[in-house]
Amino acid sequence: MQNHLITGWGVIRQNTVIVDGQVKEIHEKFITFAEFIKFLYKKEQVGYPKFYKMDNLSKLGFLTAELVLKNRDLKNNYRSEEIGVVIANSSSSLDTDFEYFETIKDKNNYYPSPSVFVYTLSNILIGEICIRNQLKGENAFLVSEYFDPGLITSIVDDLMRNNRIQVCICGWVELFREKYESFICIVEKEERLKHNNENTLNYCLLTKENLSRLCLNNGI
Amino acid sequence: MTGVYIASDNIITSLGFTTTETIDKFRRHSIGLQMISDPALSPVRLPLSCVDTLLLEEKFRSLVSSFYPEFLNTAFTRMEKMFILSIQDSIHNSGLNLKGEETILIMSTTKGNIDLIGEEKKNLFDPKRLFLWEMARVIQDFFRLYHSPIVVSNACISGSLAIGIGARFIRSGKFRNAIVTGGDILSKFVISGFQSFQALSPEPCKPFDISRNGLSLGEGCATMVLTADETIISGDKITVAGFATSNDANHISGPSRTGEELAFAIGQSLSEAGIQASDIDFISAHGTATVFNDEMESRALTLAKLNDSPVNSFKGYIGHTLGAAGIIESVATIQSMNSNMLFKSAGFSESGVPEKIRVVEANNPANLIYCLKTASGFGGCNSSLVFIKQ
Amino acid sequence: MEELINKLKKEVIEQLNLEDITVDDIDPDAPLFGEGLGLDSIDALELIVLLEKNYGIKIEDPKDGKKIFYTIRTMAEYISAHKKA
Repeated sequence: MQNHLITGWGVIRQNTVIVDGQVKEIHEKFITFAEFIKFLYKKEQVGYPKFYKMDNLSKLGFLTAELVLKNRDLKNNYRSEEIGVVIANSSSSLDTDFEYFETIKDKNNYYPSPSVFVYTLSNILIGEICIRNQLKGENAFLVSEYFDPGLITSIVDDLMRNNRIQVCICGWVELFREKYESFICIVEKEERLKHNNENTLNYCLLTKENLSRLCLNNGI
Repeated sequence: MTGVYIASDNIITSLGFTTTETIDKFRRHSIGLQMISDPALSPVRLPLSCVDTLLLEEKFRSLVSSFYPEFLNTAFTRMEKMFILSIQDSIHNSGLNLKGEETILIMSTTKGNIDLIGEEKKNLFDPKRLFLWEMARVIQDFFRLYHSPIVVSNACISGSLAIGIGARFIRSGKFRNAIVTGGDILSKFVISGFQSFQALSPEPCKPFDISRNGLSLGEGCATMVLTADETIISGDKITVAGFATSNDANHISGPSRTGEELAFAIGQSLSEAGIQASDIDFISAHGTATVFNDEMESRALTLAKLNDSPVNSFKGYIGHTLGAAGIIESVATIQSMNSNMLFKSAGFSESGVPEKIRVVEANNPANLIYCLKTASGFGGCNSSLVFIKQ
Repeated sequence: MEELINKLKKEVIEQLNLEDITVDDIDPDAPLFGEGLGLDSIDALELIVLLEKNYGIKIEDPKDGKKIFYTIRTMAEYISAHKKA
């Protein structure tokens, strides 16, 4: 049986940021998502002007991925095609759907916006993460009412066991009307890490229990 | 390894409400795209492939009153009605009991009940129905299915991805059967968006043609029942033998410049199926008829060494049906295999893509054993499915 | 013309979400696409919407956009020539 390990993870949820178990940021006072995510983008010195063009869902997923991937050197250990992205959420792109609808609902002020419309597909978020990090492997965007760690685990396990990918960036990126929560983790194969002489003791197995525990950030 | 067999299927489009009706229209080369003036959909007249509303209502009412009278007073959206009719037809024809623990329903859509956005239908439906999982729950409740459905929403590869995920579940033994269904409806929302992208053709779309000038939109739904149970298949056994996706990592709306990422997905799916590019008898391509998509595909097919295999796009008949496209066109591919018939790529007369590919110019009998269904979409996603006739 | 150029710069920054860029950062004679501001095909489509929404000018053939949106100045010139009275 091949083991798949969670080698990095991060959570952004209601003014709080946790990466690999460390609390990076908590804002006590209420600020909007737009304010918070911009603050975080500046603080982390991401330097990627395209960020401003993204919709809120993409900003959330992009920045979570950014914080998690910063701590792992995937580029030097894997080819682009070996890295996949599997993301799920509850409201797909509905937050942006309403924003786009504003540009077409009034017959006398009908100016459909292409730059908003393009984000009315939830998997654009996967595209943004792939473009930024040059990831060319398998993709899937799924929708369920609540985070379903069992589903993510079985899809990712299957892709990795069949050697379709060697690494998976996966998780949950949900945003709807100021309620937001994202959890992204990196999953790698134990054998590959051992082959690279990496100490794997600190990593936990990809299981639905571990995923839900990390997502709720109760630690390992 | 467990084989994944196709037990039954259905297509609902402007051309009909069953697979047979639709394929008959392909055979007679009848085009579902019609010039439509409907201010509720678009400020300008344009070619669209619309499911006949009166027929849809009639068929739905007759289904419910005959078999599901408990739902006579329940309101269903246009999208839900299509899903229900399509799934019902496939379940009925499958010869399988699909209500139990062994079966999963996988639904693909890009926008689901998007026509509920805004004030117009607020009094008819709970806005909650805009959430794709809620729409899926309505379908689950209708058929009293055991598991909550899995919803895939991955732009224009959604349908192919749903088939691929279903096949992987069966292969890994997680489920014995998968009902895979995909649908999207025409709406002002989606049409205005493609208009803002200047992506719509003023005349019915012409995939791969030199005078192509954008895509045409369509609506519809399709379903495929996948099973590990070989014994229930009568006639030719067709399997889902390989599947892969990839990402261009290039641009969120524009396709890859080189096509190498789609070619990579094709290569992965062929190797999973254990066959070579030279084995492929037919490719049902994405073929949206935008200048850049078709260019990219011709490059990808060349990189994948598929220049000599006949290729068509079904979008010249029924337009781009978005989240349904991968399943509608897969079913059409399977029917091509069943009837050993290559269908003309509607709208094509002279090649207008940079690489030399063999676009099907007329309906032609051919022995079809190994076939490929490819798709690409916004977000830079690509997919490739391999079907094999045993 | 200079007034229109300044107004346009503000509108372009806003419409295209160029948050870290100020009016002074944009050279009215520098190409908008390619290197400079890092604009892409979706930005070009969004500029077509801007012309229609703010100036009532409709560009029927997106291919014309290449000339019109070459620089802020060419955009301003096109607007002054085509603006509805």
